[in-house]
Amino acid sequence: MSPDTAMTATAPAAQAAVRKDAPGAARGPRRRPGRIRRIGLPYLLLLPALILELLVHLVPMVIGIVMSFKELTQFYIRDWGTAPWAGLDNYKVSVDFDAPVGAALLHSFLVTVAFTVLSVGLCWIVGTAAAICLQDTFRGRGLLRALFLVPYALPVYAAVITWVFMFQHDNGLVNHVLHDQLGLTDKPSFWLIGDNSFLALLTVSVWKGWPFAFLIVMAGLQNIPRELYEAAALDGAGMLQQIRRITLPSLRAVNQVLVLVLFLWTFNDFNTPYVLFGRTAPEAADLISVHIYQASFVTWNFGTGSAMSVLLLLFLLAVTGVYLALTSRQRSQRKVKHG
Amino acid sequence: MASPPTTATPVTPAATKPAASPMAPPRSFLWSRRIFLTLLTGFVLLPVYVMVSSSLKPLADVTGEFRWLPTELTIRPYIDIWSTVPLGRYFVNSLIVAGAATVCSVVIAVFSAYAVSRHSFRGKRVFTVTVLSTQMFPGILFLLPLFLIYVNIGNATGIALFGSRGGLILTYLTFSLPFSIWMLIGYFDSVPRDLDEAAKVDGCGPLGALFRVVVPAAIPGIVAVAVYAFMTAWGEVLFASVMTNDTTRTLAVGLQGYSTLNDVYWNQIMAASLVVSVPVVAGFLLLQRYLVAGLTAGAVK
Repeated sequence: MSPDTAMTATAPAAQAAVRKDAPGAARGPRRRPGRIRRIGLPYLLLLPALILELLVHLVPMVIGIVMSFKELTQFYIRDWGTAPWAGLDNYKVSVDFDAPVGAALLHSFLVTVAFTVLSVGLCWIVGTAAAICLQDTFRGRGLLRALFLVPYALPVYAAVITWVFMFQHDNGLVNHVLHDQLGLTDKPSFWLIGDNSFLALLTVSVWKGWPFAFLIVMAGLQNIPRELYEAAALDGAGMLQQIRRITLPSLRAVNQVLVLVLFLWTFNDFNTPYVLFGRTAPEAADLISVHIYQASFVTWNFGTGSAMSVLLLLFLLAVTGVYLALTSRQRSQRKVKHG
Repeated sequence: MASPPTTATPVTPAATKPAASPMAPPRSFLWSRRIFLTLLTGFVLLPVYVMVSSSLKPLADVTGEFRWLPTELTIRPYIDIWSTVPLGRYFVNSLIVAGAATVCSVVIAVFSAYAVSRHSFRGKRVFTVTVLSTQMFPGILFLLPLFLIYVNIGNATGIALFGSRGGLILTYLTFSLPFSIWMLIGYFDSVPRDLDEAAKVDGCGPLGALFRVVVPAAIPGIVAVAVYAFMTAWGEVLFASVMTNDTTRTLAVGLQGYSTLNDVYWNQIMAASLVVSVPVVAGFLLLQRYLVAGLTAGAVK
C-alpha cells in the first residue's frame, strides 16, 4: 500500500531523474573509479554474510567431512589434526547393518523417516484446513489466528517441557484424562519411555509444527483473487469443489516450498526430542539427530559421528534434488499443457 | 446469504466486511468448521492452560495426581524460580545473545538482499543457492567442527568465542541469516526500482538510496525478519547446550536446571517457562501481521 502511494507521489521526480540522467550517462565512461566502485559494491554488500556463512557453515562442514575420514576419539580431540587417518572405516562401521552400530543407525534412520512422513503430513493437513477455515472473515477470526500461532511462537524448550509434565506417569494430565477420567487404559501408561514415546513425540511435533504450515498457507491464500471464487460460485461450484478446483491448485507453488522446508526441519529436528527425552532417547523415538549426537558426544567417538552426519547430509541432498527435479518437471509440464 | 452484491458496488473498505456474497458457505461447512476449529483450539490451548494453571499451584498439587484446578492459588512459584536456579542471569544472557544476534542478522541481511535485489553481478545465483542450502545442513554435522574452530581461534588470537556470548551470537545470527536474506530479497523486489533510481539522481549514493528509500518502504518485511531472528536465537537448544558455561548459560539450557534437582518442582518449571515465553509470544503476536505480510510479499511470491 505505502510503496504505491509513495510511487505516485515521486513519479514526477522519477521522470525528472530520467531526464537528468542523460547528460550524466554521457559523462560516465570518464569516471573510472566510480565504475569500479559500482562493480565492487554488490560484493562489498555481500561480504559480511559471505564471511559469516563461510565461518559458521561451510568451513565447519568441510572440516566435518575431513573428520569423518579420521579415527577421532577422545585421545585426539585436543589436537584433532594429529588423529590418524581411518580411510573409509568410519563409514564401514556406520553402514554395517549386521553389527550393533550400523543396526542402531539403520533403526534410527527408519524411525526418523516414519516420524517425518507422519509429522509433515499431519502438519500440512491441519495447517491447510485451519487456513481455509479462516479464509473468510467472521467474528473471532483475528483472535483464533493469534491463538493458533502461539505454539509456533513459544520457545521450543518451554513448550516441550510443558508436554513433558503432561506426559508424566504419576502426575501428568494425559494419564489423568485417559485413565482416571475416561477409563480408556487399564493402568496409567508410560509415555516418555517404551513404544508410546513415538506417539508422544509425534503429538508434540505436530502441535509445534502445524502453525508454520498454517502461517505459510494463510499467506498463500491471500494471493488468490476473490473473483475466482465468485465466478466458481456463480457457475454453481460447491464449497468442496471450490477448495479442490481453486484453492489447492493455487497453493501448489507454496506447497512445494512448504513441504520441502517442513521435511528438512523435521528430519533434522534436535530440539524437540532432546528436551522431551533428554540425552538418550527411547528406542522407539530415537531420531537421527539425537542418535548422532549421542554417538559423538556421549561415546566420544567423533569420527564415526561425523561419518554418520555426512551420510545424513548426502541423504538429504539426494531427497531434495529428486524432489526439486520432480516438482520443477511437473511445473513445466503443466505450463506446456496450459499453453 | 442475503442479496448478492451488484457489479456496480464500488470497492470500499466496507465491501471487505462479511457481506452477502454468492459464495456464502453452506450450513454443513459452517458446522464442520465450527467443530474443527473448536477441537483445534482445545489442542492448541491445552498445554498453555497446563502451564498457566500449574504455575499458580502449591507444590503438593503438582506432585500428586493431576488436578485441573489448583486447591489454592499462589504466586509462590514466581518468587521461588529466581532463587532455585540463577534464572535472572540466564534471562539477561538470553536477552543479550538474542538481541545482538537479531540486530546483526537484520543489518547483514538488509545489505545482502539489497545487493541481490538491485545489482546484477557474477556469482549471484551461486550465492543465493549456497546460502539457502545451508538451511539443509544437519546442525549436528557442524557442531563439533565449529566448536573446534572457536577453540582454535581462541588459542590463536585470544578472542574467546567458545563459551562466550560472542560465539553464540555469531552462531545464531547465521542460523536466521539465510531465511532472512531470502525473505528480504522478495520484499525489496516489490519496492519499485524507480524510487531508488530517483533517490540516486537526487544525490543519494547507493547506500543512501538503500537507507532512505528501500528500507523505509520495506519496514514490514524487516520487522518480520527481526521477529524470526529473535525467536530462532531465543529458542535454540543444541548449540547452547555445548557452547555455554555457567556464566554465559542461556534460558534454553538453564531451564533444564529445575528438573535435575532431587525434587522436581513442576510448579516452578511451569512458572519459569511462562516467564521466558512471555517476551517472545507477546512480541510475536503484536507483530504477527507483519510476518504474514512479509511472507506474502517475499517468500510466497
